[in-house]
Amino acid sequence: MLLFLGKRLLQLIPTLFFVSLIIFSLQQLLPGDPALAMAGEERDPAVLEQIRKQYRLDQPLYVQYVYWVGGVINGNLGESMRLKEPVLTLIAQKFPVTLQLALMAIVIALTIGVGAGVISAVKKDTPIDYVVNLVALWGISTPNFWLGIMLIFLFAVYLGWLPASGYVGPFEDFWLSLQTTVLPAFVLGNSFAAVLMRHTRSAMLQAMGSDYVRTARAKGLAERKVILKHAMRNALTPVVTLGALELGTLLSGAVLTEQMFSIPGFGKLIVDSVFNRDYAVVQGVTLVTATTYILLNLLADIAYVLINPRLRS
Amino acid sequence: MAVTEAVVFELPEESPTQRAWRRLSKRKGAMLGLMIIALFLAVAILAPLLAAYDPVQQSWTAIRKPPSPAHWFGTDESGRDLLSRVMFGARASLLAGVVSITIALGLGVPIGLLAGYGGKWTDALISRITDAMLACPFLILAIALAAFLGPSLQNAMIAIGLTATPIFVRLTRGQVLAVKVEDYVEAARAVGNPPVRIALKHILPNILPALIVQATISIATAIIAEASLSFLGLGQQPPAPSWGSMLNTAQRFLSQAPWMALWPGLAIFLVVLSFNMVGDGLRDALDPRER
Repeated sequence: MLLFLGKRLLQLIPTLFFVSLIIFSLQQLLPGDPALAMAGEERDPAVLEQIRKQYRLDQPLYVQYVYWVGGVINGNLGESMRLKEPVLTLIAQKFPVTLQLALMAIVIALTIGVGAGVISAVKKDTPIDYVVNLVALWGISTPNFWLGIMLIFLFAVYLGWLPASGYVGPFEDFWLSLQTTVLPAFVLGNSFAAVLMRHTRSAMLQAMGSDYVRTARAKGLAERKVILKHAMRNALTPVVTLGALELGTLLSGAVLTEQMFSIPGFGKLIVDSVFNRDYAVVQGVTLVTATTYILLNLLADIAYVLINPRLRS
Repeated sequence: MAVTEAVVFELPEESPTQRAWRRLSKRKGAMLGLMIIALFLAVAILAPLLAAYDPVQQSWTAIRKPPSPAHWFGTDESGRDLLSRVMFGARASLLAGVVSITIALGLGVPIGLLAGYGGKWTDALISRITDAMLACPFLILAIALAAFLGPSLQNAMIAIGLTATPIFVRLTRGQVLAVKVEDYVEAARAVGNPPVRIALKHILPNILPALIVQATISIATAIIAEASLSFLGLGQQPPAPSWGSMLNTAQRFLSQAPWMALWPGLAIFLVVLSFNMVGDGLRDALDPRER
């Protein structure tokens, strides 16, 4: 286990190095003088000079990279040009909001996805199975910003049950927080649920055709116990890893969902920064998102080994 | 005495393409998807002939009109005909889907061939860069790229194409590693074929089915990505119609004109669903295990 962990941690180094290289290179895509692009409307030569100095744009590329990555390692992701605040502080302020949304989306996706996947596998080739499969295909093909708009229309505009946008923290008012986040969390979890459902269904079908399930049935165990205790327990192991791979989609989805529901999280921060040409924030958020995604994958790999007794040894 | 002559019917040998088509045509979902894609393609190409109105022509007397015989899909906040805008919007979406995946294929396949067929260090370097790119969530990387390149449909296509490239690098590399130990590749190498010829003439045709399936599914992802970027204001710029930007505008008029949000969303959903159904069908039809 320790050897596996060590190996997996070592693999992170080159990946993180290239991630930093890619995100640093984004700056080179700015057309013309980067200082001019970063300054936005500002044309004062003194300001431009200050930007050049601050970002070391007057130095060779590799020097710029070394300074940038050195700052990143020390927790300095630069400063927001617009908000005049360190990028890391901004991210730290917004991260809990996105985390709350993502956790709620995961709970919704797991409940719907795994539940529907198990039912679909148990009722294979029946109308229930066909309907669940169709719903999953619908879930994968529906753009979440369209689903969001339609749900806002139904629940906020037409029925008036939930607010159309806005956010209240769970420690401020728990009930109101739930009301403001349930729609965006459902929108965010929708396609994740569809993917989980497909994975669960195929894993369950494989598990239900295995010898140990046949043995459990032969022993005279109740079908409910066979499914829940024997088939499902084993089928969910690969679903953990496959589900973790989809977490990146969840983080991407948060950008659109937060924008749509005016939720002041991570995703909204990146979009606002794009339009305010606040490039340090764009780079910082992209870097933190990629690193979070890499670490989540590492955790999923560890969880996979921990819950699979055959791999533990 | 009657002589019976044996009649021998020679069945013409079926080419791989014919076999794949025969199997694909048996799948109702894939065929339905193909028909819907063909319909949208025809609408996109013939939009100037089919559309009853100019998609950017504003009419102050027809602002936010619900669907009617004059405007089947209704009108938007500037009095523009929504059906005409959805028709012209198909151009941006389908173009973005096809062009960005062509970019991804054009870059990803040669790099993947190099990784799979090249030396150990080439493979290691390319694989680590691919891992790093795949570690960045698709839409966030596309947004960051589009932000630095500047908002336009062209830059959105480049951003999506670059973001989708590592998927094809990894797929091509994996397929090459599986195929390059086959006897026919060994034979081609033994008779002295240069590596480039082996890669292009012997390996590439054999990994094509997997690439076609992935490209079809990736077009669906690219269409959603373009619509997402346009929804955020990073794709097609107004007043040119695009399904994503139409949805962005529609969100502001949900209580007064909900139909504005219905049609562009339905169009994205239908096209993406169709590409996914064709992709699923192609996966089964091109799967060698099913022969």
